[in-house]
Amino acid sequence: MKNKLMNKVFTSLALTAATTVSMAAHASELDASLTPEQQGLAISQASKDSDEGWQDMQGEMNMVLRNKQGQESVRAVRMSSLEVQGDGDKSLSVFDEPRDVKGTAFLSFSHAVGADEQWLYLPALKRVKRIASRNKSGPFMGSEFAYEDLSSFEVEKYTYKYVGTEACGELQCYVVENYPVDKNSGYTRRIAWIDTAELRAQKVDFYDRKNSLLKTLTYEGYKEYEGKHWRPDLMKMVNHQSGKSTDLAWSGYRFKTGLKDADFNKNTLKRAGR
Amino acid sequence: MQDRFFNFVLNRPWLVLLLSALFVMAAAVGGKNLVFKSDYRVFFSDENPQLMAFEAMQKVYSKSDNVAFVLSPKNGEVFTPATLAAIKQLTEDAWQIPYSTRVDSITNYQHTEAEEDDLFVADLVLEADELPDMDMQQLKDIAVDEPLLVDKLLSDKGHVTVVNVTVQLPAIDPTKEVPEVVTFARELRDQFVTANPDIEVRLSGVVMLNNAFAESSLGDQATLVPAMFLMVLVAMIFLLRSITGTLASLVVIIFSILSTMGLAGWMGFYLTGPSATTPIMVLTLAVADCVHILASMFYDMRHGATKRDALMHSLKLNLTPVFLTSATTAIGFLSMNFSDSPPFNDLGNMVAMGVMLAFVFSVTTFPALLTVLPMKVKVVDESHSGAMEKLADVVIQRRKVLLPGMALVIAGSVVLLPNNVLNDDFVKYFDQTVPFRQATDYMADNMSGLTTIEISIGSGESSGINDPGFVKALGDFSDWLREQPETDHVNTLSDTLKRLNKNMHGDDEAYYTLPQDRELSAQYLLLYEMSLPYGLDLNNQLDVDKSSTRVIATFQNLTSSEQLDIENRIYRWFAEQAPQLQVEVASPTLMFAHIGQRNIISMLMGTAIALVLISVLLAFALRSLKFGAISLIPNMAPAAMGFGVWFMIDGQIGLALSVVAGMTLGIVVDDTVHFLSKYLHARRDKGYGTEAAVRYAFSSVGRALVITTLVLAAGFLVLAQSSFKLNADMGLLTAITIVIALIVDFLFLPPLLMLLDKDDKAAVNADTNNKHTSATSASV
Repeated sequence: MKNKLMNKVFTSLALTAATTVSMAAHASELDASLTPEQQGLAISQASKDSDEGWQDMQGEMNMVLRNKQGQESVRAVRMSSLEVQGDGDKSLSVFDEPRDVKGTAFLSFSHAVGADEQWLYLPALKRVKRIASRNKSGPFMGSEFAYEDLSSFEVEKYTYKYVGTEACGELQCYVVENYPVDKNSGYTRRIAWIDTAELRAQKVDFYDRKNSLLKTLTYEGYKEYEGKHWRPDLMKMVNHQSGKSTDLAWSGYRFKTGLKDADFNKNTLKRAGR
Repeated sequence: MQDRFFNFVLNRPWLVLLLSALFVMAAAVGGKNLVFKSDYRVFFSDENPQLMAFEAMQKVYSKSDNVAFVLSPKNGEVFTPATLAAIKQLTEDAWQIPYSTRVDSITNYQHTEAEEDDLFVADLVLEADELPDMDMQQLKDIAVDEPLLVDKLLSDKGHVTVVNVTVQLPAIDPTKEVPEVVTFARELRDQFVTANPDIEVRLSGVVMLNNAFAESSLGDQATLVPAMFLMVLVAMIFLLRSITGTLASLVVIIFSILSTMGLAGWMGFYLTGPSATTPIMVLTLAVADCVHILASMFYDMRHGATKRDALMHSLKLNLTPVFLTSATTAIGFLSMNFSDSPPFNDLGNMVAMGVMLAFVFSVTTFPALLTVLPMKVKVVDESHSGAMEKLADVVIQRRKVLLPGMALVIAGSVVLLPNNVLNDDFVKYFDQTVPFRQATDYMADNMSGLTTIEISIGSGESSGINDPGFVKALGDFSDWLREQPETDHVNTLSDTLKRLNKNMHGDDEAYYTLPQDRELSAQYLLLYEMSLPYGLDLNNQLDVDKSSTRVIATFQNLTSSEQLDIENRIYRWFAEQAPQLQVEVASPTLMFAHIGQRNIISMLMGTAIALVLISVLLAFALRSLKFGAISLIPNMAPAAMGFGVWFMIDGQIGLALSVVAGMTLGIVVDDTVHFLSKYLHARRDKGYGTEAAVRYAFSSVGRALVITTLVLAAGFLVLAQSSFKLNADMGLLTAITIVIALIVDFLFLPPLLMLLDKDDKAAVNADTNNKHTSATSASV
């Protein structure tokens, strides 16, 4: 097990840092000869690589929004995603709840470099509307999740710095700081806790534009699908500044269902809502 | 017991001094715990219903504490490429203000327009370097036409604009958070002014208001307290003509202040605008004890007594009256515990503590100091044709005129009392020298001020805000609110919905109407929300469930009663037009509008209880129910007359003034106590008739009463110079009341006594015999 992981990390190290670092035979994820920046990149790359090959995925997500007063609100979304080699993933979400936006569908092409592309289909208007791309920092359906928190993780979106290794619950975690490359990001940095066992994100702290702690995302109930793809059952986002929170519960994960690129365009978006 | 105690003090003065100095030092260390809470919310108790309603609303939506940068280009035009670039830069930089969660300006206003089939949502000014090529007039037209902007972030002439920064203070350490934000905002302003010398910047907003409470009060500490010390020093040297006596009094005053503030620190008090005046009040009140003790002592010394004997005699003579006056003063201040506003509870408790500490120091430290310090008093023949005796003659001769005349004056001024108008406007708590007031007045003159009312309208069902019935009611209400004469600005979701409807129909003005279909409205909002960047979302207008929305209305400067009136009209509109909706109205403005009234009602109760307690105490002290009852008139009249006079000076009463009646009661009672106790001493122990007893009272305490009244009035007049009007008004009205009290005690009480306390025959003889002899040398 440990060996498998070391190999993963080793591979990514070789890919990303080989040109600058002489590879020692005993290289590991914490090669002392690497700078913290290179170590951070290596860990993040390894984490991304370990999940490679899921092809496509479908699932249901249930969001519960809470405010400081304790009021709750529920959003229900069906989601399909397509893995895109060498770029960000594509995803199509269909809203089932609240009732008055039922059938609204959201198409997103995430890009490793540059702005994402997004469209929304409004059944009441029977039209597809393109959404401005500078909004990635904005809230997703009024929740505490921003678009950028939900769009696919691509290594190129950040620069990295390894900070240390520490206990996270029962596991050990690498602590890696991520600095967004895109100036439209709402964050100055994120701090990710990635477990050393399976390289899964366990917790992420988000720092706002003035570098104050804004939100914390924790992942719970990881399950392994298809022998290598770990997915959480629950993602909890707490906004420390407003006291609001959003729980995002996942269910019905299905992998390799045979979705194709042709299933993710403006025409399929229109049909998806029905 | 009393003798043994004073003998100890006079025999072991150094030990007494050492012990009291040690006590003061130990107490004063607690002063390090005293911090200033700069938050307008301190004026409200946790149970205050308006505060609770407002806090609940803030939890549902988001907090609306803000810093407003009010920008006015010197050329009178906001829409130039250079000015807009500067505003855009400030908008971005303002995100660095600690605890900021949102920045709104005309440049990042989320302008929406139809672009072919798409909805284009973006900052009105997207890129600074594109500005030179942009059509300034077109930008101005868009902004001036936008109801969300005009009169809130932009003047209708386009010559003044606001960059509004919303901050979410964690309220973990309110003593540090506000100064932190203000310091940063001021640095930002300074940098901005350096970079853009052609743009004037003023700072307003709730955070600046909070900060002004602290700065204004602490500024007072730096100027008013020294001024007060100087004044007391000069007054005492002039009136007592004794350096030693003055020095000893100063030590008592300093000890009283240090130990009061120190103990308050140990007890966990924090400072607020009103309670920060404690040092000035204790200073003022502590003087009286010393003056009375010194006056009696000097009297004996001038008549040849040794210092020690004179001091001993003075202490014995004054222990009861000084204790009594301190106790009544303390009770008066303790009546402030009935106030609904915690800072006034604190002020009352701290001053009450200070007054009692001053009493202890004046019968321990003070005589010990007088013992060890050198002191000489010339032995002089006391002239009995002094001013007081002349006054006594006049009062006695003219009593038939004075009694009805003064009764008329009292009645005449009391009649004016109900004409005062209730008003608590937190902006006007500061005078025009305070930058916050200047900035806020300027902002109110050119756009809209800080008089806001927030209205939460609930549909009672999830996503209910999209219901066409709800949307229509919201639109109608917003229109109605805009038509009210007091209204400056209304921030409402119905404007956004109308704009989106127009955008979705190719920007056709004919569609600037509310969507008629629930799904349509919901999906417009979804699309719009999904297009907004971080910090500019609708969470400040919508609850998570989209079951309710918040409308924020800004009004011209209104008095509290006008604010309460508009609040009632809002509730009435919903009761008549949309009774199915749940409506909550709240805001800091309304909190202040309500507290004046609540406070007056609770303070009436407090003052009444203090009056009963003090009267009982007086009846016991004077050993007479009759004189206890007579004393009620000169005790109650001054405050009532003071408020009558206030109507002619200002005519507006609020939070601070409602505590004055209770507070002055304890002070004005002192005059009555001294006058009546000397009067009764003459009647009972010396067997004088009423006239002679009045004359005796005038000549033995008249001068001391004039001195203490002058010192007290001067002290509170110094407080009246405060830039914090809440304290200044309190000081001025208290000074007025104290002076009125002396006038009533000199001109009304004696004729009243002569009317009600009829002479028996024996006394009449004594009375005529002693008409022109000294009260003290007279004997029967």
